Amino acid sequence: MDLTYTPAEEAFRAEARAWLEANVPHGLASGDTAEGFAQHLEWERRLYEARWAVVSWPERYGGRDASIWEWLIFEEEYYRAGAPMRVTQNGIFLLAPTIFEFGTPEQQDRILPRMAAARDLWCQGWSEPGAGSDLAATKARAVRDEANGGWRLTGQKTWTTRGAFCTHMFGLFRTDPDSERHRGLTYFMVPLDTPGVTVRGFGRLDGDEGFAEVFLEDAFVPDDAVLGGVDRGWSVAMATTGSERGLTLRSPGRFLSAAERLVALARERGAGEDALARDRVVRAWIDADAYQQFTLQQVTEIADGGATGARSSLNKLFWSQLDVRLHEAALDLLGPEAELDGPWSRGFLFALAGPIYAGTNEIQRNIVAERVLGLPRK
Amino acid sequence: MRFALNSDQAALREAVRDLLRAECPPAVVRAGWPGEPDADPARVRRVWDQLAEMGVLGAAVPEADGGLGLDAVALVGLLEEAGRAALPLPLMETAFVAGPLLAAAGETTLVERLVAGDLIVAAVLDGSGLVPYAQVADALIVGDARSIGVDIRQQPTAALVTPPQFEPLRSLDGARGPGRVPADAGAALDADAAALRAAWERGVLGAAAQLIGLGRTLLALSADYVKERRQFGVAIGTFQAVKHQLADALLALEFAAPAVLRAAWSLDSGAETASRDVAAAKALASDAALQVAATALQVHGAIAYTVEYDLHLYAKRVWAGARAWGDADWQRARVAAALGLLPEEALR
Repeated sequence: MDLTYTPAEEAFRAEARAWLEANVPHGLASGDTAEGFAQHLEWERRLYEARWAVVSWPERYGGRDASIWEWLIFEEEYYRAGAPMRVTQNGIFLLAPTIFEFGTPEQQDRILPRMAAARDLWCQGWSEPGAGSDLAATKARAVRDEANGGWRLTGQKTWTTRGAFCTHMFGLFRTDPDSERHRGLTYFMVPLDTPGVTVRGFGRLDGDEGFAEVFLEDAFVPDDAVLGGVDRGWSVAMATTGSERGLTLRSPGRFLSAAERLVALARERGAGEDALARDRVVRAWIDADAYQQFTLQQVTEIADGGATGARSSLNKLFWSQLDVRLHEAALDLLGPEAELDGPWSRGFLFALAGPIYAGTNEIQRNIVAERVLGLPRK
Repeated sequence: MRFALNSDQAALREAVRDLLRAECPPAVVRAGWPGEPDADPARVRRVWDQLAEMGVLGAAVPEADGGLGLDAVALVGLLEEAGRAALPLPLMETAFVAGPLLAAAGETTLVERLVAGDLIVAAVLDGSGLVPYAQVADALIVGDARSIGVDIRQQPTAALVTPPQFEPLRSLDGARGPGRVPADAGAALDADAAALRAAWERGVLGAAAQLIGLGRTLLALSADYVKERRQFGVAIGTFQAVKHQLADALLALEFAAPAVLRAAWSLDSGAETASRDVAAAKALASDAALQVAATALQVHGAIAYTVEYDLHLYAKRVWAGARAWGDADWQRARVAAALGLLPEEALR
């Protein structure tokens, strides 16, 4: 047990902190609007130029070869500095780990540098009108086009976050028309300017155009758009959902920083006088701190060569519930002002999505019960 | 950065776990209920002797005083194992609270006996004078050392009561055999305020570690039970209503356990946040263990609502332990004070 960082890691922290303090922009419009997305992209490109966009990636792709500990440190500093949300996150945190694991060298060299530089912007194409939690019910299909050496995609994807602003989408398509459920699915990476692809943005709970539905009608993609092999999409997709549920999408830094802001709000509002309000604040703060400790333990296991596997569902359950409670505590402190548009009310609406996306929390509880506690499926 | 026991600590923990699995099954926990038909104090005492042989009783006593001189990180692993087995003796109070405190107070003869397994000590430092395990103890430590940190006006106090004097009381957990100690009993311990406050923090942390272990047993019993128990033609563990409760119970435990280990490290490293971290750990452990106990009772159904089935041995320890050494609300108030949300006086 040694909860200190090495001098080199502390130097990494100091460098990150100094750069972020000097460069973090404030007051950007919402990244889920066309105007705000452009502002966020400008920020992403500055991060990239200073080699902070993808710290854990190899240098040749724009990273720093940072260790997982340094990645955690960078995340802490990023949120501590109040830096903007990452509009590139679905690419760099969700698709990229899958490309590192399943992609060919050609795919890695072609896709990753442009992703790091925020030239290509990736969104997810998992859900369909008839396939939400039940991802294996995917109906969108890919038909072989032997003459042109590729596939023709047809179907509808929905709830695609920032789909209206992104350039590329990754998702599952049924390549074996006779297959059912998890079999016969293939993982495709699709440029959204492909003929036959139509994207329609629509308002999320906060009114921003952060959602999109993506219609595909006989859209052609070449063979190199397949990630991880034809008909092997389910296991490839599961690798990505593991990232989303677990650590990479929601590192503790984000919640630690929100918890500190919550405590500051409570002090400012004199919440110490109100035992119930105070207790809600302290519970949220303790939970954020517990998430940090859990993560340090988990990263130690990963550094020792362990795999998180189904336990990533524990992360997802914990951070999604923590995020909601934390923002509810803030709204309680704000009282009548809670309804006004502002960082806490927007953060609250954002938090409400957490128990739903990346596999609903009901699905996560099934996974924990069956694969961690060993309860029977049927 | 490394958030894990080292190999020596893990090996000792493993050895204690193996010992208690073999020597402290539910029948021995029952044997620790004084006055019950199955009571067998000699059998329980044999487990104590074996812990002494392994060095566990003197684990936190400095090497100069004949102990192993292990730190809190090592101790919480052992205490989690004691909790897992619901060991019906005050291992935490003797080894983690009294051992180092008596050593600090220069009670060398008592420390020697304690390390050798010849002195069971029951201790309470919350000002209540209500001492669990008083009925099996050879010495009592009674006082009030609650504090939120080192900068507090009121002086902590503790008295050593040997031979024990108390009014015996019945506990819902028979193994705890508590007693109420008269306010003027015993003689003041010759320990400074820092030693007393450190003893208090160790007690809080040790209580938290035991609750994690108890929670693990309750959850394991429950998971095993719902895999076997059949209703409507299927194992009840196939029902989502059951699965989700157990998943939530595991979630609570898995996020409390690292907080306990971190708090131990904070104590060992003299971190400024040590008291706050101990408080947060106990709050999480108390809540998690209570949640697991309630879930265990519910998913077992009526069988758990009997004294013939073993579950109550662990659940009753949780219901008592969650409130001992400061309950979750009180601990969260300590955290609030550390975060500048509450004046320290308000805690008294």
